[in-house]
Amino acid sequence: MRHIISILLENESGALSRVAGLFSARGYNIESLTVAPTEDPSLSRMTLVTSGTDKVVEQIKKQLNKLIDVVKLVDLVENEHVEREISLIKVRAAGNLRDEVNRMVEIFRGRIVDVTDTSYTIELTGSCDKIDAFLKAVPNDTIIEVVRSGVLGIARGEKGLRL
Amino acid sequence: MELTGADIVVKALADEGVEYIFGYPGGAALHIYDALYRQDTVKHILARHEQGAGHAADGYARSCGKPGVVLVTSGPGATNVVTPVATAHMDSIPLVVITAQVPSHLIGDDAFQEVDSIGITRPCVKHNFLVKDVRDLATTIKKAFYVATSGRPGPVVIDIPKDITAEKAEYIYPKSLSMRSYQPVTQGHSGQIRKAVQVLLAAKRPVIYTGGGIILSDCSDKLAELVRLLGYPCTNTLMGLGAYPADDPLFLGMLGMHGTYEANLAMHECDVMLCIGARFDDRVTGDTNKFSPYAKIIHVDIDPSSISKTISADIPVVGPAGVILEEMISQIKDSGRKPDAEAMQKWWHQIDGWRKIDCLDYDRESELIKPQFVVEKLYEVTKGDAFVTSDVGQHQMFAAQYYKFSKPRRWINSGGLGTMGFGLPAAMGVQLAHPDETVACVTGEGSIQMCLQELSTCKQYDLPLNIVNLNNRYLGMVRQWQEFFYDRRYSHSYMDALPDLVKLAEGYGHIGIRIEKPADVEGALKEALSDKSRLYFLDFITDQTENVYPMIAAGKGHHEMHLSPRNNGDDEERELA
Repeated sequence: MRHIISILLENESGALSRVAGLFSARGYNIESLTVAPTEDPSLSRMTLVTSGTDKVVEQIKKQLNKLIDVVKLVDLVENEHVEREISLIKVRAAGNLRDEVNRMVEIFRGRIVDVTDTSYTIELTGSCDKIDAFLKAVPNDTIIEVVRSGVLGIARGEKGLRL
Repeated sequence: MELTGADIVVKALADEGVEYIFGYPGGAALHIYDALYRQDTVKHILARHEQGAGHAADGYARSCGKPGVVLVTSGPGATNVVTPVATAHMDSIPLVVITAQVPSHLIGDDAFQEVDSIGITRPCVKHNFLVKDVRDLATTIKKAFYVATSGRPGPVVIDIPKDITAEKAEYIYPKSLSMRSYQPVTQGHSGQIRKAVQVLLAAKRPVIYTGGGIILSDCSDKLAELVRLLGYPCTNTLMGLGAYPADDPLFLGMLGMHGTYEANLAMHECDVMLCIGARFDDRVTGDTNKFSPYAKIIHVDIDPSSISKTISADIPVVGPAGVILEEMISQIKDSGRKPDAEAMQKWWHQIDGWRKIDCLDYDRESELIKPQFVVEKLYEVTKGDAFVTSDVGQHQMFAAQYYKFSKPRRWINSGGLGTMGFGLPAAMGVQLAHPDETVACVTGEGSIQMCLQELSTCKQYDLPLNIVNLNNRYLGMVRQWQEFFYDRRYSHSYMDALPDLVKLAEGYGHIGIRIEKPADVEGALKEALSDKSRLYFLDFITDQTENVYPMIAAGKGHHEMHLSPRNNGDDEERELA
């Protein structure tokens, strides 16, 4: 099963490599990983998407907690949560294609953020599924480049992951 | 008071109560070495190789419980210390390892003797620190000692660039500290302990299986109290030997791959297993699918990630072993309940039947020196009271099986990583921690050659070690596996150009004796042990074909042990896969 683990960790150099190193050393999957400082500059927030059996995911959480730099973590899929991914997608758009791509962007509620005579760059935000669906919907040979941020997530309700 | 970084390092070590620092100098470490020269509180032990320094600090830590401290230079100094760091990490031994680093402005430039020490050691430390500002140095050292020694102990590396050791800062060494991201558990969950006690008291075929955690938390007295209060059988892992007295009738011996018949069968047949401070390592469990099929498992460990990692626990209890043992004992006493006497009588009867097999029997009449015989004699001559270090291989198993450890911290070996070369330098650390005690290093001619250079260190510091070399001219454990599993194709397990180890010992300024007949074994041991001023290198020429029994082959369960040909077991149990 897919899990989204949100981690609050010390904003120290090397903290990211401790997490990444743990996953490679113990053979765990990482589907995506994002990290950036929080409103408290001494802390970073990491969102990590992984998958595995319950036993494996339990071990992942325990091993992450064992890292000295990890302050707190939560598995977002255990409760109601919101998840988002942002993507920037560059597609070929000339002639008839321009209208078609435009329509598609509207349907998926994306935005065109850069235009040339022959291409559009689209910003699209949503669940991973939504971005996957968009990439399937545009003709495959029109895609020039895709950049995805990896998943960000936050729990629903007033409680927050903080110190 | 303003001090240079180098003086801060040395002052902080002194304030931390460090007696010995094991190390080897080099360019990036020179400021620190200069600071060491200008004081005499912290004594430096100069090893002959950084690996020796690391293992010596480790042996020191294992034998006295205080953290071992290491100082090495950048680059090769740091890479050479990786093996000892990994060794300590696998066995949860507290070490603080200071690696010097090239000056900050050269980091990343592929400078002379530069290596990414933080990156290289990251997977095999409890934590590591790169010091970027001299003002953080004292606090970082305090943190390193705190992290290394608290919770589940482990090695911590501090990487200090050379320029930081020259810069000055106000020296304030924190008396204590707390870290928001690291708060080790200090208590067990009372509800879980209550559940565990109920299950324990209702057991009909219980076994208490304990590991290095009992030794690390210095609670072998409490373990003995619990075992005796219940009258339950107790077995120790390789790392846990000495936690429960081996000569006690409630002790079943070591368990696992080369454990005793009675310990492994008790593990297989038990209905309740209390595991404390052990981690269900693959050398203990054998095939996990066949592991203890009838047992309700109570697992006590300070590290939550050890629980249900390989074997699912029915009742997990997270916390320090000593605190939890104490609470278990008081709950059992308060409950007024007693174990099921009738069931226990039946269980002990069954265990005694297994004991009758006498799985550690060997040919005591042999004309060749049997390695087991040497260890048994060592046990007799030292009255079971020596500190024994070992390397890795057959001799390690013989020492574990035949030297009956009755006190904790007496058995010093690399259990998790299985590091050949560990025994001699570790023995140096043990001897420094216990200058008046007898220290023996049981080793083989393969292992001893991996850190042989430390004989020179022993000379410099007058360490009267007793090296018991079980010399069978083979890498014995490799040879044994090749005999069993590779159709006797002894691929590269024989060394046909061994040095004359007696002359070699003499060359280093020690006394060497070669022993070739069983009748001479005891005399040689007595001679070595009675001389407390010199190192004796006893080169025992042993039977080349001896194997370690019993053995659980890979993929087999505890009930599928391979017994020695001398044992009259069921034929099926002698089959090897």
